[in-house]
Amino acid sequence: MAIKNFFEPFTALKHLGMKPHTIRLPYEKKVPADRVRGFHSNDLEKCIGCGNCAQICTCQAIKMVEVEDVPDGFGRTKFRPQVDYGRCSFCGQCVDVCPTGSLKLTDKIVWVTEDPFDPETGWVFIPDNKKFPYEGKGWTTSPETSLLQLERQEMPERDPEERKHDFGPVIKGFTEEAALIEASRCMGCAICMQGCPTGMYIPHYLNAIEHADYERAVDIFFINNPLPEICGTICTHRCEDACVLGIMGKPIQIRYEKGFAASQVDDYRKVLGYPEPEKKNKKVAIIGGGPGGLTAAFYLRLKGYDVTIFEALDVLGGMMKVGIPRYRLPQSVLDKEINHIIDYGVEVKYNTRVGKDVSFDELKKNYDAIYIGVGYHKGLSMGIPGEDAEGVMQAIYFLRETNLGRPPKIGKKVLVVGGGDVAMDATRTALRLGAEEVLLSYRRRIVDMPASDEEKHEAMAEGVKFLPQTLPIEIVKDEQGKVKAVRYVKTKMVPQPGGKRPKPVPIEDEVYEWDVDTVIYAIGQAPDLSFLPESWLEKLELDSRGKHIVVDENGMTSIEGVFAGGDIVNPRADVISAIADGRKAAEGIHKYLSGKE
Amino acid sequence: MNGKNEIIREFEYFIGPQHPGITGNFSIKLKAKGDVILEAEARPGYLHRGFEKLMEQRHWIKNVPMVCRICVPDPDPNEVLYAMGVEELAGLEVPERAQWIRVMVLEMSRIQAHLSYLGGISGALGLYTAPQWMTGDRDYLLDRFEELTGARVYHIYTTPGGVRRDLPEGFEDRLRETLDYIEKRLTDYYRLIFDNPVFQKRTIGVGTMDPDWAIENGVTGPNLRACGIKADVRIDDPYLVYDQIEFEVPTETGCDMFSRAMIRFQEIQQSINIVRQVLDRMPKGPFLNKPGNPLMWRVPAGDVYVRVESSKGEFGYYIVSDGGVKPYRVHVRGPSMTHGIHVIETLLVGQRVADVSPIMFSLDICPPDIDR
Repeated sequence: MAIKNFFEPFTALKHLGMKPHTIRLPYEKKVPADRVRGFHSNDLEKCIGCGNCAQICTCQAIKMVEVEDVPDGFGRTKFRPQVDYGRCSFCGQCVDVCPTGSLKLTDKIVWVTEDPFDPETGWVFIPDNKKFPYEGKGWTTSPETSLLQLERQEMPERDPEERKHDFGPVIKGFTEEAALIEASRCMGCAICMQGCPTGMYIPHYLNAIEHADYERAVDIFFINNPLPEICGTICTHRCEDACVLGIMGKPIQIRYEKGFAASQVDDYRKVLGYPEPEKKNKKVAIIGGGPGGLTAAFYLRLKGYDVTIFEALDVLGGMMKVGIPRYRLPQSVLDKEINHIIDYGVEVKYNTRVGKDVSFDELKKNYDAIYIGVGYHKGLSMGIPGEDAEGVMQAIYFLRETNLGRPPKIGKKVLVVGGGDVAMDATRTALRLGAEEVLLSYRRRIVDMPASDEEKHEAMAEGVKFLPQTLPIEIVKDEQGKVKAVRYVKTKMVPQPGGKRPKPVPIEDEVYEWDVDTVIYAIGQAPDLSFLPESWLEKLELDSRGKHIVVDENGMTSIEGVFAGGDIVNPRADVISAIADGRKAAEGIHKYLSGKE
Repeated sequence: MNGKNEIIREFEYFIGPQHPGITGNFSIKLKAKGDVILEAEARPGYLHRGFEKLMEQRHWIKNVPMVCRICVPDPDPNEVLYAMGVEELAGLEVPERAQWIRVMVLEMSRIQAHLSYLGGISGALGLYTAPQWMTGDRDYLLDRFEELTGARVYHIYTTPGGVRRDLPEGFEDRLRETLDYIEKRLTDYYRLIFDNPVFQKRTIGVGTMDPDWAIENGVTGPNLRACGIKADVRIDDPYLVYDQIEFEVPTETGCDMFSRAMIRFQEIQQSINIVRQVLDRMPKGPFLNKPGNPLMWRVPAGDVYVRVESSKGEFGYYIVSDGGVKPYRVHVRGPSMTHGIHVIETLLVGQRVADVSPIMFSLDICPPDIDR
C-alpha cells in the first residue's frame, strides 16, 4: 500500500499529452455551432414590419420603431424591430414567428461597447444585416420549424363534373369547426387591413369569429362594409394577398371567414341595433343601385339623410346581380343584404334611367347631393371584320340577360375572348347553359391573365379550353349571316424595357381557324356617361385616358355636390372597391351637407 | 457574572449570499458555540424573480423561454415538464422522435449537472483539481448542447408539441465521441475524488440523515437513494419513453455526504448508457407537432401535475388552466425547496462550521429553484 501510494503521483504524467481545457497560445478562437443563437440580423428590405416578433417576445425586448429608408407599400409597414439587448434572452422565438424569414439570429456572440446607453453604439438598436451580418450560421426559421400556423383549412367545393351543369353554388361553405380553426391562425398583425380598400378591421373580426361570437363580428363588419356576406363570397380578397402567412404558407381564408360569420346571423338589424337617426331633412340622390350606391345609401340613412336610389333595371345590386353568375353568388345572399339596407328606409325608384326617365338637371335641382355609381355596363369590341354576325355578343349583355332569367341563345361551340374575371364568368355560364365546348382565347399567357387564380383553376376544372397567345382577326359568317368560324393568329411575347409586362405581338404569316358558332367578347368594359347632359359632361373632370372620373379625397367630382364611386372612378373595379368608394362618398356627402371642413 | 468580563460562548455567522462556499445566491445564518453549530437558518429570497407570477401573464408558448431559468445547473427538466403539462392539458400528441430526443436531452443535462456537482463538492473541500477537470469536461457536453439547441446553458429547446429543431447533421457521432471521452474519464474522477483520503475523511459519516426521517421530510432523488431507498420517478412513474429503456438505479447505504456524491458518480455512467440507447433506437419522423397559433392558442380548462426525475430529485409542475390563452397558475415543485430549507437546517445542527459548504453542495441545492 505504501509503495503504491508512493508511485501514485507519477500516474498523473499520463495527462501530459492531453488537450488542455484552458486556453493556450496561439489563441484558438471558439467556433460557434451552426445554429447558435447570437445577435439578431434583419434584412430590412425583406422585413415587412408586421410586429409578430414584438408580440411573441417574452422579455418585451423588441419594440417596433418607424424607419425612414425602407420599402413601403402594399402588404408592409415602415416599422422595424428594435431590440433591447439588456432584456433579450436570445430564445429565438422572434425568429420562429417571422413570416418572411428576414429576422435571424447570427453566430456573433461577442460585442463590446464603451457606452451602453449611446444611441449609436449602445445596446438598444435596430438590427440590420450590416452590424451583425448573417453568414450562413445561426438560428433561422423554415416552414417546418416556424411556430406560425401555415396550413389553411381548404374550402370544400362541389365536384366540377357535377357543378358545371347547374347554377348552384360552387363552394359548400365552412363547417363551424373549420371556421374557428381558420380564424385562430391570425396573429393579429393587421397587415391585411392595408390590402382591404375599405380597411375592414380584419384581425378584430377574426378574433370575434375565433371566440364564436358572430354578433360581435357582424358589428365589426358594418363599421365600413354593409355587404359582408356578399364580400364573404365573391370578394377579390386583397387582404389574403397581403396576409403575412401567405409568404411562407397559405394565407388565412379571410373572405370565407367573413362570409361564414355573416351567414350565422339572420337579422342584422336586430344585432346591430343602430339607434333611429336624427332627421336631417336633406335629400341625396343615388344613381345606380350597385354595391357603391347601396353602401352610400346605407351610411347616409344611418346619418339621417333622405336617400333615393335611381335604378335603371327592375332589380337592385348592379353588377353583383347582373354581372356575377349565381353559382358564385347565390340569390339568397343578395336578397338578405340588399333588403337589410332597404329596410332602413331607403327609397328606390326602379326602372328609372337617369337621362331618359328623369333628367340629371332635375336631380341636381331637387336633391342636395348626388352620388353617381353607374358602373361599367358597356362592353368593348375588338373592331375586327364580321362582328355584325349573328351569334356575336358582349359578355356583359350575355351575363346580364342570363342573370335576369332570360338567357340568350348560344350555340354548341362557344368562343370567349378575354382573360379577366368577366371572361371566366362568361365561359362557365356558357357551360351551364349547355354549350358542349367552350374555348377561351387570350392574347397573352395564362399567367398574365388578370382573372384570379382560383377562377382560372375552377374554369379549367370544369373543362374550359384555354387558348393563350391567340388573337382573333376575323369572324367568318355563313350564308345566313351567322358565325361560322373565327380566324386567328398566334402571338409571341416581346419583353418590354423598364420592367413592364411583355407585349403580345402577332405572328402574321400563320392564320388558323376555329369552328365556332357563338363568340362572346369579354375584353373590357367602359362607362356609359351618356345620361349626363353635355353641359355637365364638360364640367366633369376625367382622367387622362378618359375612362375614369376624377374625385377628391371626399369622393366629390369636379362638379360641386356631385359625388362618384365604383368602377367609373376606380380602376380596381371590384365590389369591395365600390363599397370603399360608397363609404367614402357617404362621409364626404355628410361633410358637404353639414357644412363642415 | 458582572457583564464586563462576560465570556462570549455563542457566535452568529452569516454565510452568503456572496460566499464562495454557497451554491448560488443564498444565505445561511448560523448560531454556533465555538466550532459546533447549534442552530441554522436558511435564508432564501436573494434570487426571487417571480417566475410563477410572470407565467400567469404570458401566453402558453411565451413561457417556454422562461421556465428553464428556474434551475440554472439543470434547466431541461423544467422545459420538459412545462411542455408535458401543457400537452397533457391540451391533449397535444408528441411525435415519438421528440420523446426520444427529450430523454436524450434530459440525460445529457443530468450528466452535466452531476459533473458540476462533483466539481462543486470537491472544490468546497479544497480539492481544486476536480472542479477544473469537471468544468472543462462539462464544456465538451455543453458544446453538444450548443450544436443541438443553439445555446449552452439555457437551451430553450423543448416546446409544447415536441422539440424546436431536429438533430443537426453528424450530431449522433459527435455526441457518442463526447460520451466515450467522459466515460473514459470516470476512472480518473474516481481516483481523484473518491480515492482521496481528504475527501473520505471529510465526507464519510458527515451530514447523515436517517432514511425514515428522509422519507418523512420529502427528500427525493439521489439524496434519498443515498439512504438506501430505491426511489426514482423514471422507474416509479415512467414518463416519455423511459419504460422502453434499460438502466439501473444505483443506491448507497451510507446516508452521508460520501454516499450522496457516489450516487451521482454512478448515475453519470447510467446516463451515458441511456443516451447511447437513445441514439441507437431513436426512430425517424417528425419532431414537432405544432401547437396552435402562439398568440391565440387556448388550452382547455383543467389542472395537471407532472413530474420528472431531475439531477436533484423529483421536479414537478402543477399547471392550472382556465381555458384561456395564458396559464391560470403554474406552481413549481422543486427538490431544492425541501433540501435547501428544512433538510439543511436539520443536517447542519451539530456539524462544524467548515462543513456547512460541503453539506450544502452534497445536497445539490439550487437556490433559483427555491426562489422561482
